[in-house]
Amino acid sequence: MNGAQILIESLKREGVEVMFGYPGGQVLQIFDKLYDSSIKFILVRHEQAAAHAADGYSRATGKVGVCLATSGPGATNLTTGIATAYMDSIPMVAITGQVKSFLIGNDAFQEADVTGITRPITKHNFLVKDAKDLARIVREAFYIASTGRPGPVLIDIPSDVQTQETDFIWPETVQIRSYKPTLFGHPGQIKKAIKLIAKSKKPIIYAGGGVIISNASAELRQFSAAIKAPVTMTLMGLGSFPSNDPLCLGMLGMHGTAYANHAIMSADLIIAVGARFDDRVTGKLAAFAPNAQVIHIDIDPSSISKNVKVDIPIVGDVKNVLGQLLEEVKKAGDTSEWLKTIESLKKKHPLKYEGKEKISPQYVIESICEITDSQAILTTEVGQNQMWAAQWYNHIHPRSFITSGGLGTMGFGFPAAMGVKVAFPEKTVFDIAGDGSIQMNIQELATCVCNKINVKVAILNNGYLGMVRQWQELFYKKRYSFTTLYNPDFVKVVEAYGGVGIRVTKKEEVRPAIEKAIATDNVVFLDFHVEPEENVFPMVPAGEAIDKMIGGLA
Amino acid sequence: MKHTISVLVENKFGVLARVAGLFSARGYNIASLAVSETMDPEISYMTIVVDAKDEKILEQIQKQLNKLIDVITVTDFTKKEHVERELVLVKVGCSLKDKARLKKVIEKYVGKIIQCKNDTAIIEAVGEQAQIKQLLAELEKFTVKELIRTGKIAIAQ
Repeated sequence: MNGAQILIESLKREGVEVMFGYPGGQVLQIFDKLYDSSIKFILVRHEQAAAHAADGYSRATGKVGVCLATSGPGATNLTTGIATAYMDSIPMVAITGQVKSFLIGNDAFQEADVTGITRPITKHNFLVKDAKDLARIVREAFYIASTGRPGPVLIDIPSDVQTQETDFIWPETVQIRSYKPTLFGHPGQIKKAIKLIAKSKKPIIYAGGGVIISNASAELRQFSAAIKAPVTMTLMGLGSFPSNDPLCLGMLGMHGTAYANHAIMSADLIIAVGARFDDRVTGKLAAFAPNAQVIHIDIDPSSISKNVKVDIPIVGDVKNVLGQLLEEVKKAGDTSEWLKTIESLKKKHPLKYEGKEKISPQYVIESICEITDSQAILTTEVGQNQMWAAQWYNHIHPRSFITSGGLGTMGFGFPAAMGVKVAFPEKTVFDIAGDGSIQMNIQELATCVCNKINVKVAILNNGYLGMVRQWQELFYKKRYSFTTLYNPDFVKVVEAYGGVGIRVTKKEEVRPAIEKAIATDNVVFLDFHVEPEENVFPMVPAGEAIDKMIGGLA
Repeated sequence: MKHTISVLVENKFGVLARVAGLFSARGYNIASLAVSETMDPEISYMTIVVDAKDEKILEQIQKQLNKLIDVITVTDFTKKEHVERELVLVKVGCSLKDKARLKKVIEKYVGKIIQCKNDTAIIEAVGEQAQIKQLLAELEKFTVKELIRTGKIAIAQ
């Protein structure tokens, strides 16, 4: 076999069913072998979209997403998508072509030092110098990407390695002596945690993306019930604990619910589960949860005590550790007073918005939620659209709210939605977008139309880069510096590509339009002309304590 | 505070760049770095000296080092009993009449004159960094033309 055949065979052995990518000069061999292969290939219109689609596919399924691009510009176009996956710990394998191995370093046509460029944004990367190593490298790449704290792994393959003939030898096992993630919590730490939990009168569980990654939603729910503690989630954790559970506090942090923020600030014990105390969550660190002791469960030791001092660190896979804790919990502390306080906080500070003359963006999200019975898979872009989607949709299931949390990548949602829809063709998939974000990967309309990927895009069109405008309004004296957008006619754009566009300008048209979009067997842009200067509230100003929310409605 | 960190790594291309990248990404300068093969040719040993402006950041760097796939172990010698050495080569201007004087200076250290011709002597010396510093101060009486240091290496007791 030659290197390209070895690659395809190895991908098949890893169970790869679908890949997203774009051809080019240094991957011709791979594409030639792909032509005859059973792996489904989705041709995107920009490599960035291939990375986001592989990422979305991975977030929705839990499998490793795979994308493929050529050397140089193909590879550099992947990097935003790789960095996005890295920040959110998404298992992904990115394959790039490279110039012939003897030309590397000679400034050859379409050459870039791709392993160099991607070193800080991948969990690991490989430059393949001999086809003999390729099967082993693919095996290791999938293993590294999907175990421990997952992340993207890049394999850079020079075109002469793709044509090099050698025997195919599939390694049955992976042996990496220096890579052994800790999977179970230390029993001593578990005992200490149990003691602390038993003493606590005001515990709160703070759940992050790690719960979703380790498929631990069921354990989280049992744990919360066992210790009678409310659960608040990070943006990445939404869906890990159902929002219709009475113990659910929704999202915390900068745009979290006021009751979640007040609750964590007055807690005496924070049990952080697969979360990393990001600055958007803690606000002013010195003022964060001053009376709370902290138990931190995370598979990555470098996440522990990075921002917040931790009393009991437990390194291990969240699912296993929650299982260990559940086994040991005999008697929970008396939290009845605390749960009453939580109830009154919820009553006192509900999420709300003021209806105005034009369509409220929050109403659009609520309507999508009702019409889909909270069963759609949502992706988002970044900015106000993302925060409203987080706040106003009922997140019931894990792997159903797919958003770029860490890197905050505009242009993520639409291609990510394609990846989700390819994985689950029978599900309704909505990308909640803004008029700014959607234009960052709008070319993917062609991919959707050609491959019948019928995602629905709800554009909350306010004619602004809304979140930046909101900051300018609140902190820069309404000086709207370069945040006013002149937009194309989105309906015409989508129609030009062969999809369907629906413009919605009146409140009463919102629900019928959503229903029509869902019933349409095509990619649909819903162009909602919403209240232009609507703000996301509650809001914690940057650098403030998280119970110092502004917005009047908090 | 200065930290001496040893890192046992897979002897592969790209590993040094990964290790160095964790320091440079945080604006940390590596004061010295010594790398070589161990008894097992598949493993390399790095001794890194770094001046930590913030201990918390250094702790984070060490955790990140441990996360690198090619890193086998990380040891911070700062709070650990260890033996450390550095080798220096110094080229000094030295006329015949200076030679005896130079010899006298060197005698106090683990060092010797390894070559002396055309009014130039090359000296080698081994020691802890404090001793090396002292030697270099004494050599200022002569004309130091060139100075090369290996950087510190350290081994646990």
